[in-house]
Amino acid sequence: MRRNYRLLILLSPVIFWLLCFFFLPIISVFIYSFVERGTYGGVEWNFTLENYQRLFDGLYLGILWRSVSTALVCTAICLLVGYPFAYYLACYKPKWRNVLLLLVVVPFWINFLIRTYAWILILRTEGLLNSFLALLIPGFQPLELLNTPFAVQIGLVYGYLPFMILPLYAALEQLDLSLIDAAKDLGASPRHAFWHVTLPLSLPGILAGSMLVFIPTVGAFLTPDILGGGKVSFIGNVIERQFKTARDYPFGSALSFMLMAIVLAGTILYFRALQGSESAET
Amino acid sequence: MKRLLEINICLVFLFLYIPILVVVMFSFNSGDQIAVWEGFSLNWYAELFKNRDVWHACKNSLIIAGVATFISTIIGTAAALAIEKYRFRIRTALTRVLYLPLIIPDIVLAIALLTFYVQVKFPRGLTSVILAHVVFNIAYVTIVVRARLEGYDDTIEEAALDLGANRWQTFWRITFPLIAPGIIGGALLAFTLSIDDFVITFFTAGVGSTTLSVYIYSSLKFGITPELNAISTMLLVNSIVFILLFLWFRGRNTQTS
Repeated sequence: MRRNYRLLILLSPVIFWLLCFFFLPIISVFIYSFVERGTYGGVEWNFTLENYQRLFDGLYLGILWRSVSTALVCTAICLLVGYPFAYYLACYKPKWRNVLLLLVVVPFWINFLIRTYAWILILRTEGLLNSFLALLIPGFQPLELLNTPFAVQIGLVYGYLPFMILPLYAALEQLDLSLIDAAKDLGASPRHAFWHVTLPLSLPGILAGSMLVFIPTVGAFLTPDILGGGKVSFIGNVIERQFKTARDYPFGSALSFMLMAIVLAGTILYFRALQGSESAET
Repeated sequence: MKRLLEINICLVFLFLYIPILVVVMFSFNSGDQIAVWEGFSLNWYAELFKNRDVWHACKNSLIIAGVATFISTIIGTAAALAIEKYRFRIRTALTRVLYLPLIIPDIVLAIALLTFYVQVKFPRGLTSVILAHVVFNIAYVTIVVRARLEGYDDTIEEAALDLGANRWQTFWRITFPLIAPGIIGGALLAFTLSIDDFVITFFTAGVGSTTLSVYIYSSLKFGITPELNAISTMLLVNSIVFILLFLWFRGRNTQTS
């Protein structure tokens, strides 16, 4: 009995908080997504599926496609850049390994707004990148880089690259190097050993990193808002507009549920793939 | 092959650090162009200290982060203790649910809280922001404290109880000192995330409760001045101090265990 009493004291605050400030809000969004929009920003309490039907409008499907495809490209770039990075740290074990790892983590602690703002200074028409290119190439015409999909893509890669590098490093670091030596002893070329031993064994790291990059980028709001300048909208930006300016809470709620469905699908795929890679190993 | 990998390392670090260095450099610029170098000065820092809005936003950020960290550290530590030390029916479900606020996109949590506040007619101000920040901070504190509790030796506590200490004494004299580095690490992480949060604050704040992040966002939207470089640099220094503190406590974490 005393044990249950202690457990109750330890658990009731967290359960209370999650119920009040997580589940109730999510449930209220769920309910809002099925009612009609009222005049002056209110809602009419009539059941409707119209908010979900509107998601299939060409405009919103286009924005949905842009969010998902940009997030996928971002994940791919992070993987292509991050894998060799993590591989070098884990397999060549350079002297400064811990310092290098720390330097990868530092940007994560710096305010995201500031990190995004920095790219405005670089990408603006009169910004540093254009000035730099003008020095190199005579007669160079400044490029319009800001407020383009390119700017948003760079900002996202910049923001989430550390999330890819860390799990990759963790996976590669645990790798048993004698397995690679064994493959080479048995006649595998270094390339062959990499594709058939190293890469499959680091799959859990690849999956975890991809998930950590894909999930926040598909729901991104700030990066497309600041570096896209309202011209490159993601689902997150459309949701913001429904709540801040258009005052269409029901449609914004339906959009939020669609975004959550995508994230949930990504998470389920991740766990499926992880199980697959584990059963393949044994 | 090794050469190529080394070049990749150098390029990644240039990519990660050039933008940050650019901001710091231009905060010492004398001109009023945001990215055209005109000479060294501390003008923009002087301007910053005179700006009342910045001070007010700074005060709000510190109040919100301080109170939210305090509440979430207590709740998160309690949750971590319950999860690691007891076996109960909803344990697995709770550990999964606890991390949900980290998986769902910021913007969704933000609009959910906004909708909820509107529906129950909860006034939006400092309190509504603090309550919201606690939601995601609990998860981070729990993760860090649980990591500290893993591999924790229960027999020391049993020894204390056998020697006649009551539960309360055992907690404060044995358990707490042993997990304190984890608790402080979690609190530092929560504080940093709270100070840096923009999306959740933006949706749950009221008119007078502008934080530093929201202030930065509005100046990004409605007119960038070089002052922004100075604010950014100050925040950057603040972040670096916190990382060093966090690492120091984590270092103690591994030393003592």
